[in-house]
Amino acid sequence: MINATLKQLGVALRAKQISSVELTQLYLDRIATHNPVYNAYITVNAKTSLAQAAAADTLLAAGDAQALTGIPIAQKDIFCAQGWRTTCGSKMLADFIAPYDAHVIEQFNRAGAVNLGKTNMDEFAMGSSNETSYFGPVRNPWNPKAVPGGSSGGAASAVAARLCAAATGTDTGGSIRQPAALCGISGIKPTYGTVSRYGMIAFASSLDQAGPMARSAEDCALMLNVMTGFDERDSTSLQRDKEDYTRDLNKPLTGLRIGLPKEFFAEGLSADVGSRVAEALAEYRKLGATLVEISLPNTRLAVPVYYVLAPAEASSNLSRFDGVRYGYRAPEYTDLADMYEKSRAQGFGEEVKRRIMIGTYVLSHGYYDAYYLQAQKIRRLIAQDFTDAFEQCDVIMGPTSPSTAFNLGEKGDDPVQMYLSDIYTIAVNLAGLPGMSIPCGFGDNTMPVGLQIIGNYFDEARMLNVAHQYQLATDWHSRAPL
Amino acid sequence: MSLSTADVQKVARLARLAMNNTEIEAARSQLSGIFELIAEMQAVDTTDIAPMSHAQDLSQRLRADNVTETNQRELFQSIAPQVESGLYLVPQVIE
Amino acid sequence: MSWEIVIGLEVHTQLSTQTKIFSGASTTYGAEPNTQADAVSIALPGVLPVLNKGAVERAIKFGLAVGAHIAPRSVFARKNYFYPDLPKGYQISQFDLPVVGMGALTIQVEPLSGNAKPYEKVVRITRAHLEEDAGKSVHGASQGMTGVDLNRAGTPLLEIVSEPDMCSAAEAVAYAKALHTLVRWIGISDGNMQEGSFRCDVNVSVRKPGEPLGTRREIKNLNSFKYMQQAIDYEVQWQIDTIENGGKIHQATILFNPDTGETRAMRSKEDAHDYRYFPDPDLLPLDISEEWKESLRATLPELPEARRVRYVNELGLSAYDANNLTSSREMADYFDTCVNTVGVHAPSPQSSPASGRGGERGNQSSILAKLCANWLTGELSAQLNRDGLDMAQCPVTAQQMSGMLARIVDNTLSNSGAKEVFRTLWAEGGEADAIIESKGLKQVSDSGAIEALVDEIIAANADKVAEYRSGKDKLFGFFVGLAMKASKGKANPAQLNDVLKQKLAG
Repeated sequence: MINATLKQLGVALRAKQISSVELTQLYLDRIATHNPVYNAYITVNAKTSLAQAAAADTLLAAGDAQALTGIPIAQKDIFCAQGWRTTCGSKMLADFIAPYDAHVIEQFNRAGAVNLGKTNMDEFAMGSSNETSYFGPVRNPWNPKAVPGGSSGGAASAVAARLCAAATGTDTGGSIRQPAALCGISGIKPTYGTVSRYGMIAFASSLDQAGPMARSAEDCALMLNVMTGFDERDSTSLQRDKEDYTRDLNKPLTGLRIGLPKEFFAEGLSADVGSRVAEALAEYRKLGATLVEISLPNTRLAVPVYYVLAPAEASSNLSRFDGVRYGYRAPEYTDLADMYEKSRAQGFGEEVKRRIMIGTYVLSHGYYDAYYLQAQKIRRLIAQDFTDAFEQCDVIMGPTSPSTAFNLGEKGDDPVQMYLSDIYTIAVNLAGLPGMSIPCGFGDNTMPVGLQIIGNYFDEARMLNVAHQYQLATDWHSRAPL
Repeated sequence: MSLSTADVQKVARLARLAMNNTEIEAARSQLSGIFELIAEMQAVDTTDIAPMSHAQDLSQRLRADNVTETNQRELFQSIAPQVESGLYLVPQVIE
Repeated sequence: MSWEIVIGLEVHTQLSTQTKIFSGASTTYGAEPNTQADAVSIALPGVLPVLNKGAVERAIKFGLAVGAHIAPRSVFARKNYFYPDLPKGYQISQFDLPVVGMGALTIQVEPLSGNAKPYEKVVRITRAHLEEDAGKSVHGASQGMTGVDLNRAGTPLLEIVSEPDMCSAAEAVAYAKALHTLVRWIGISDGNMQEGSFRCDVNVSVRKPGEPLGTRREIKNLNSFKYMQQAIDYEVQWQIDTIENGGKIHQATILFNPDTGETRAMRSKEDAHDYRYFPDPDLLPLDISEEWKESLRATLPELPEARRVRYVNELGLSAYDANNLTSSREMADYFDTCVNTVGVHAPSPQSSPASGRGGERGNQSSILAKLCANWLTGELSAQLNRDGLDMAQCPVTAQQMSGMLARIVDNTLSNSGAKEVFRTLWAEGGEADAIIESKGLKQVSDSGAIEALVDEIIAANADKVAEYRSGKDKLFGFFVGLAMKASKGKANPAQLNDVLKQKLAG
């Protein structure tokens, strides 16, 4: 049952082969056993989850079930869920009980899905290894010494370790795709504006986008069907007709033009990752696709641009954490300024403080034009690179991450090295495009390798089709670490 | 690019982050490394390029001027560090 | 006076929307603390702003009313600083692309001292932008603590920034008053100054003529015209004294203390000068179409300046009367209703006791207007003042007032009779004609009756008539008195005068 796809689980639930309560209990038991090792969950609330499962069973019995009714889903701890502790991986919100539901949570509730728990993450989604969480690092199920990637490391680990049926993640610079790659699962970040950001604790508002993390492209499509949709409470939510993301899964790939950016296969890419990606591309040729070399000339600028824009937005977004209305307040202080400074210094971890400082600096008087404005201009050049590229191809492919999962503590003290590992994923967020990662084999250290698929705006259904066809022809996505 | 201790102190103050001298120095060295990475941008000629703030070139949607919210003070203040008589309490503000 | 004063104003006016600028929470004044502080107002993690259409409409209307450029695309920016009444740690405002661009306002300045004459001046408005209000700090809420009430947080504000075009406290006050009148006139703000709906920040500097601008100090949050004048007077003198004593002015934010009449520098926000403005990524650019703008222009009433000019040019009113009548839209509308309605009730006035001049036909509307103006700026305004009411609360409607004014025009009422009718309308309501009837206030205008009465008096006072006719003009008053007494005070005085003059002349 723990290896069943979402579609199979839906069938089993509707056929009463298993109840939602039983399925939920099964996962809760697995979490109780394995979470002490992987630390994938920050909060589990068995009573609440089982109550939701019981309600789902009622719907199932009444024949009112939708695709995900009764299925236990792990929620990244960045989504506010009413009555649930919602920490965002931070001491600042260690005791924060969310008083409302994020739009994503509402969507899952409406679909009758079960909230299985809140997954671990880099603090305020700032990190690529899940080592910045106040609640401790997450372990990679393929090798507990290795990181799961980040920031949605808990979600990736939970999906890979079969501690949930599927999970949600968020992706500001690769936080869905990179941990999906490092944990050998599938994940998609849709076009910016497709999933409402309402109730998703903001990191960098113009880049943040939620998406599913699951064991297959097909599961991702079913999850995306639930997560997307217009929400009037988010000004950047797009007013578009509801789509069925499974609609094109079975289309053949004959004639598909796959663009390969030469910058993605240059210096800095590990040989083993490069080989696995090349093998995957060979498989696509067998499936009828043609490969086209393209160029994204501003790729190397994506990292510096991102590390100006994201921290700038973050420095402002995180100003609300001041110890006044909710969240951590320092136990001792002399006056108001001291209360602010101590609460924030004690409530935020090192990486978050570092990014707040970068962001504050680049926005401060005299530096705005040289940093922030210049970064916004180059952002347009980067987006334009993709527009030009999609003249020549239907999807773009390449590695998700330059290397497979590294060991905990390995990149410890050098933030620049850590930032550079986001090189292939960041540009997609800057452009607002959809991006996906699917497993395509294993590296020299037997850790999973991810293949990145980048689509044009609103081309998620095609990307899922492209991924699904590959998953019909290969079995990397169904390999389990256990 | 290298930041001065005074730069870091000023930024920490603006961001309301208490930092001792050791922390300031550590931050100074790390931030300097990051700003070296960021400095790569400076060489790019961006004359006539419009800054890009949003992924899509759309305009702001407007909300009808109707009351939709109800009083949830009790719920919201149940998670507040310090409240009294419906007010959030902070150390004395001097104007 | 060897010093020039340079003043610019930043006025924050709360817009009269039902809900906040970025959320559907109510903006009603005076609610229990934090009961109107919704998730967006208290900046819960994950909440997002959505712009209120009503706030944008009001900003556009203001821009149109001051002849300003309305930006087809404007942008919201974040102004970052920490303060307990600012829950997000930033204020959503507009920075380099405001919704309203350069405009102008014509003001009527009444110098506060000396015998200087009133004059007109055009003050340029640099810009006006939309932003959100902050909450309120309640000092001494608890021992050694400050309380924070976020009901006001997120209330829409239009910040109206003037050029430094004013050079006296009188001009600054005249500008602030004109702006205050305008925002209420076009219905974008209730302008309630006690409730903080209209707050002025005044930038003041001094310089010697011909020298570059001096360093300015900003007096924050003045919410009364009287305080504004006092604060500016004090500040100007302080700056001049400081410079003349060899000191320098440093840029500062200062507060005015109405109890002492002095200004002092604020102690907080000392490092708030680096606001780190950047475009708010949660909000998209605000686009205003030509159609939307024009549809709002069509809803604008005739503006105070246009109406003031019309009153002077078309109705022949004095500048003084025109200013007073256009001090509020309620007053001006009341006046217009009176002028129009009285004209209908009394289509052909023969003469006007109020003006004391015979009427040529072309002047009839002017005479009527002057009569109405006198009553509104005189008796009615005085009565409103006595009862502490404003025009909107006036117990006598324009229709009731017109009913009475029509009876002055058609000579049914004498001036004293009219005052009695007005007092009755004010206290008891009703309708002028019924009051005249029940109180017997109808004056005698029947020329036959008046002639008979005068004939009787002349016959009974032959000796006095002879004295009068021999040149003792002063006796005319004696005859008027007798005649009035004989008519029990009801004779139309003008008519009586005419008849007496004619008959006494023999």
